[in-house]
Amino acid sequence: MSTVTQLSYDEAVARFEPVIGLETHVELGTNTKMFCGCPTEFGAEPNTQVCPVCLGLPGALPVANRAAIEATIRIGLALNCSIAPWGRFARKNYFYPDMPKNFQISQYDEPLCVDGYLDVDVDGELVRIGIERVHLEEDTGKSLHVGGSTGRIHGATESLVDYNRAGIPLVEIVTKPVPGTGARAPQIAKAYVTELRDVIRSLGVSDVRMEQGSMRCDVNTSLNRPGAEWGTRTETKNVNSLRSVERAVRSEIIRQSGVLESGGTITQETRHFHETTGDTTSGRSKETATDYRYFPEPDLVPLAPAAEWIAELKAALPELPRVRRQRQQADWGFSDLDMQSVLNAGAWELIEATVAAGTTAAAARKWWLGELARHANETDTELDALGVSPQAVAELQGLVDAGKINDKLARVVLEGVIAGEGTPAEVVTARGLEVVSDEGALTKAVDEAIAANPDIAAKVRDGKVAAAGALVGAVMKATGGKADAKTVRELVIARLS
Amino acid sequence: MATISREEVAHLARLARLAVTDDELDTFAGQLDVILQAVAQVGEVAAVDVPPTSHSVPLTNVFRDDVVVPGLTRDEALSGAPDAEDNRFRVPRILDEEA
Repeated sequence: MSTVTQLSYDEAVARFEPVIGLETHVELGTNTKMFCGCPTEFGAEPNTQVCPVCLGLPGALPVANRAAIEATIRIGLALNCSIAPWGRFARKNYFYPDMPKNFQISQYDEPLCVDGYLDVDVDGELVRIGIERVHLEEDTGKSLHVGGSTGRIHGATESLVDYNRAGIPLVEIVTKPVPGTGARAPQIAKAYVTELRDVIRSLGVSDVRMEQGSMRCDVNTSLNRPGAEWGTRTETKNVNSLRSVERAVRSEIIRQSGVLESGGTITQETRHFHETTGDTTSGRSKETATDYRYFPEPDLVPLAPAAEWIAELKAALPELPRVRRQRQQADWGFSDLDMQSVLNAGAWELIEATVAAGTTAAAARKWWLGELARHANETDTELDALGVSPQAVAELQGLVDAGKINDKLARVVLEGVIAGEGTPAEVVTARGLEVVSDEGALTKAVDEAIAANPDIAAKVRDGKVAAAGALVGAVMKATGGKADAKTVRELVIARLS
Repeated sequence: MATISREEVAHLARLARLAVTDDELDTFAGQLDVILQAVAQVGEVAAVDVPPTSHSVPLTNVFRDDVVVPGLTRDEALSGAPDAEDNRFRVPRILDEEA
């Protein structure tokens, strides 16, 4: 290939206009699979949640799971879609061992939900993302590629397949192309996926955990010169965190702008996102993509959700996240800026749960946006993947409020919780972190500090109360930080007045 | 006139992972052509008021409740596999495609 000009992100979005589109797969949290009664528990031993239907054994017949149909309709309604009055499942034919039937049951030209939208707040501004369709299909099995050096498929000599996941109901949500986002394309993509996750979680139909794969995202990106027709798009797969959604769009904009600026053309292809580098690499070319030969699934009768059923489901939709957020912001007394930083940090539902566990909103916000956000940044993880539950944060604040630990000790306790040493109370006991509340021991330490610093003590006696800080510091040091600073201060002043 | 070309038969064979010789392509193209023409005759008879039919029974909304039903044990599941390793189905490597 000839030399490729490398544009910075700012140069790229100054010269080109991006158009993005997102396809999101959500595994439903039903008890059983889409077309058979096998359980759907995450992390079960390989091939222990299988039966003749999901293994594609001869003669096995699928029957649709009512709960999955209902969940899909509810997602469609929450996304302002029309629900199709009639539709059929289709067979998507391909040879790949992740589907033992050699086809996947999906929906093709008759999706259950069509033509909706999702309103997304992006830095306080409303952006409406069009929804093309929401359809229902079955998930595939998991392949483990062995024999290669990298664990990836290239160079592997064989694959080992676990079919526990094969047949779990999977909802695919496809946006309409989103033009006109300019430099904010990566941010808007992330905001959309975040909002979608929150909507689905509020419906209670999936745990939508990207790190466990119950929510997965494919990102389409194309670039065009201002005023020109839309460019050729690429589809980036393997985008497994909210942060990665943003990074994938950004990296693809930079890459494509370089190719186009050098006079090259973009190939319509699948690309793979790599978490470690934030780059994408080429996968298979769409030109040679399989001809899936879709046809109506003969083993399943058509779906015809009754208007009354749809109306019932619509009436029973919960309060959706945007509305809930506005209400909570008022309840919590957060400014727009406060709320924005909470949302940007992905801390909203964590704070909500922490408040529900009995902490004030201000304290919950302090922990999630302070110590915990810092730790998440340092370790490059999402807040909700730190291993600290909202209940643990509430318990921690409870210990502070009860005077058992001070703020400084609380930070140490939190480190213990993050390290997996147990609940805050357990960490306090195990590490011996409880504050010295024994009045006698404290008084002794205060007297020693006064004796050791006669000049400062004299100043305080003369009414210079600010000087007491140095004595408080000395006591804190003597007690290894395990005293309550406020109590110590009161003792010092009482002693010297 | 033939309704299916030799190239189309070759394409279908490739999609179905069938190794078909040049001679067989001619044979199958001829045979498939007879079938397609027979189907085309049905198409001529069908009036505009007969919609295309994908299902022979006039049923909709056959659902099951979301209740776990015992399936196969792992040993039963793997008993039909040509090869197994590490409690998983062992298959030859897959080239040019990503999981």
